Amino acid sequence: MYVLKRLFQMIPVALVIIVMNFFLLKAAPGDMADVIAGEAGAATPEFMAALRGQFGIDQPLPVQFGHYLRKIASLNLGWSFRANESVMHLIWGRLPATALLVVSALLVALVIGTSLGAWAALTRRRWVEPVVSLFTTIGFATPLFWVGLMLIVLFSVKLGWLPTGGLSDITIDLQGPAHWLDAARHLVLPGACLSLYYLAVYARLMRASVLEVDRLDFVRTATAKGLSRWRVVLRHIVPNAMLSIVTMTGLQFGALLAGSITIETVFAWPGLGQLALYAVTSRDVNLLLGILLFSSFFVMLVNLLTDLLYSRLDPRIGELGGRA
Amino acid sequence: MTHQIPHAAEFPVRSRRQFLEAGAAIGLGASLLSHASWAADSSPVKGGTLVANVLPEPAGLVAGINISQPAVVISASIFDGLVRYDKDFKPQPQLAESWSESKDGKTITFKLRRGVKWHDGHPFTSADVQYSLLEVVKKVHPRGSSTFGRVTAVETPDEHTVVLRLDGPSVVLWSALFGTETQIVPKHLYAGTNVMANPWNTKPVGTGAFVFKEWVRGSHVVLERNPNYWDSGKPLLDRVVFKFIPDAGARAAALESGELHYAVTNPVPESDVERLRRNPALVVDTKGWEAPAPMFFIDFNMQRPQFQDVRIRRAFAHALDRKALADNIWYGLAKPAEGPVPSYQKQFFKPGLPQYAFDPAQAEKLFDEAGLKRGADGVRLRINHMVSPYGPVYQRAAEYTRQALGKVGVELTLVNFDLPTWIRKMYTDYDFDTAQGWYSAYPDPQIGVERRYWSQNIRKGSVSSNAARYSSTEMDRIIQGIHDEADVNKRRELIGQMQQLAQVDVPSINLLELNFYAIYSKRLQGLREGPLRFYSTLADAWLAPPAA
Repeated sequence: MYVLKRLFQMIPVALVIIVMNFFLLKAAPGDMADVIAGEAGAATPEFMAALRGQFGIDQPLPVQFGHYLRKIASLNLGWSFRANESVMHLIWGRLPATALLVVSALLVALVIGTSLGAWAALTRRRWVEPVVSLFTTIGFATPLFWVGLMLIVLFSVKLGWLPTGGLSDITIDLQGPAHWLDAARHLVLPGACLSLYYLAVYARLMRASVLEVDRLDFVRTATAKGLSRWRVVLRHIVPNAMLSIVTMTGLQFGALLAGSITIETVFAWPGLGQLALYAVTSRDVNLLLGILLFSSFFVMLVNLLTDLLYSRLDPRIGELGGRA
Repeated sequence: MTHQIPHAAEFPVRSRRQFLEAGAAIGLGASLLSHASWAADSSPVKGGTLVANVLPEPAGLVAGINISQPAVVISASIFDGLVRYDKDFKPQPQLAESWSESKDGKTITFKLRRGVKWHDGHPFTSADVQYSLLEVVKKVHPRGSSTFGRVTAVETPDEHTVVLRLDGPSVVLWSALFGTETQIVPKHLYAGTNVMANPWNTKPVGTGAFVFKEWVRGSHVVLERNPNYWDSGKPLLDRVVFKFIPDAGARAAALESGELHYAVTNPVPESDVERLRRNPALVVDTKGWEAPAPMFFIDFNMQRPQFQDVRIRRAFAHALDRKALADNIWYGLAKPAEGPVPSYQKQFFKPGLPQYAFDPAQAEKLFDEAGLKRGADGVRLRINHMVSPYGPVYQRAAEYTRQALGKVGVELTLVNFDLPTWIRKMYTDYDFDTAQGWYSAYPDPQIGVERRYWSQNIRKGSVSSNAARYSSTEMDRIIQGIHDEADVNKRRELIGQMQQLAQVDVPSINLLELNFYAIYSKRLQGLREGPLRFYSTLADAWLAPPAA
């Protein structure tokens, strides 16, 4: 019931998103006909008018919006005139690459970040904390595109260990395990680069969170009962400290998609981020609207999942959150 | 953010001799020469995959329909044209084996090559040519209606003969017949469809050396050897993969690591070229842009009252040091322009045109004479200046312009837009005071140069035309003469007059002849020579084995 209610609540939000996206994008000066004419190096007004007629962007704005709403209602995201393909098809085609990149970066960031953070908070060795702090500050403050280029310079140009970009080696046909190994090699640099920032975020958050939980009464009680330090850490401190990490992960998912635009550009990774950039620079409004709508639904869905997971970790929240 | 999306066919140049001189000047002559001799020693190798880059990802792969630079680069290997051009821009047989022109210039007859097949097995015939000229080139191509304006009918007396009927002689036609400008598409796949939205635009069927295999959106396009190519023994390569690498830094890295063999149309910023030149595995090539011929200039918005006095426009021209612009901003990859036609187009360029030497004192004097005196704060004029969105070098050029004009009391506010906004502001809204940009001059000034000066080109929404809105009855008379004149010498005379008047009136300051560049692996051999080097088929290209 709770899930259904939450899903229902998403409808007005989605509507607001659709309206805002549509009119904001249409407010940008220049349209796809301008782009095509600019690339062609010449165009007559007649040619431009013919293009606009074909794209349906010569109609009054409310009419265009009506068309768009009708299409959305029938779950059709429309046609990309620029790519000559359906928007849905383009998005589904790009989704796996972005999912692979974002999910692997997220997992790496979560595992390493939380471990580092917990280690920094709990260790009694004095050097650990400043070292982790320094590392996370660098990860937090360095622009991703620069890190990406430096990784390419070191590992591809100087050492020649890893490819500079792309999803796989397109010059040869690989099958089976060789194909997967090749894909993994291509994933290493962009994955590491994207995870760096989030790793830093999680490490800092986890450290603060663990320090805070460590001081709470139930930890003292558990220690007083005679549990070993390890057991206290793994059973009591870490699960409770993870609450803030889960919240953060949910909230950051949208940002992670945005971060992947930079990474996808630097590493020529054929994902949604690059598709969005392509849509912006070519003023392919249908395509961009589709991507934005798709991503916002995705983020809303992730938020819902976060809330559900949250109530599993701490049942009190679920009860307060109105399961009634 | 985006890199060059140069106007479709926008390109530059230098003669081979100049190129060698330039190379020697920076201590590179030796490596170039050794490269040349090494190439001569080795014999062509069959097979192999060429990894190339184009930027950005094009909208379609049929250049005659979705014309943009990356589409042209890919399309040239999939489609052959009626003719190709040799080094002197003389037409040579490709799909047409021979041709003849009637004395009055009103009939042109092409004899087509026999036995040519489309990639899907259909025979190539005169009907394909007829359809392509009338329904595609004349209707869909942004320059086609003008270059083929005099063509009234296309007849097909038999399957291998095409007759063009004209209502008057048209010299310009002969500069536009190459394969990516006048593209021949398969009639059996296009007739009766909406040409612009035809699905075959993204999975092209051509007659050329390579067959389209796949296009993975956002990643790459793969072409494979055409086993039935009419030019037997060609092509030499098995496959060509065109990747889309959106980041300039990553492109440079891919060239340096050897993953990428071939990157054309200014693949890295001008500031990186010198570093890549020092890489012994790479060639930096500025040849082969004589036909596109990119020219860089500043347009005045002639509707603004302050620019109606020619002394003010000339003062601007005197305030700019074109040599400094070429050497420092373009790192030597440009040369001061003497007029609107590039100096290497010897058949049209008129030497001895009026020039505006770098002379700030003269500029100040002209401003004062025109009544534009410095105010109490030292500023005599405040205007906005639109920066060309085609890459970082144009941003720096605009910054230089602001500095140089600041010294003579003109304060420029630089305005930056992305490409679509810039196009709209410049050619539809005419919303600027001054603007920098570049156009291709093309092999005939009637295609690329007159558009900047002809009053009939002042039409809202006509892109890359007379954005200055310069209107002169004298200029219009000369341009009409260029269109109508069939005598090549008299026509050249008129083209000279156009250049003279353009320099006297300066509605637009001609700044630089740009040298575009390609960077590729030394292993790559057999690129076509001529004024369209990188817009030619890769039929003869081959990859030497990696150096031991």
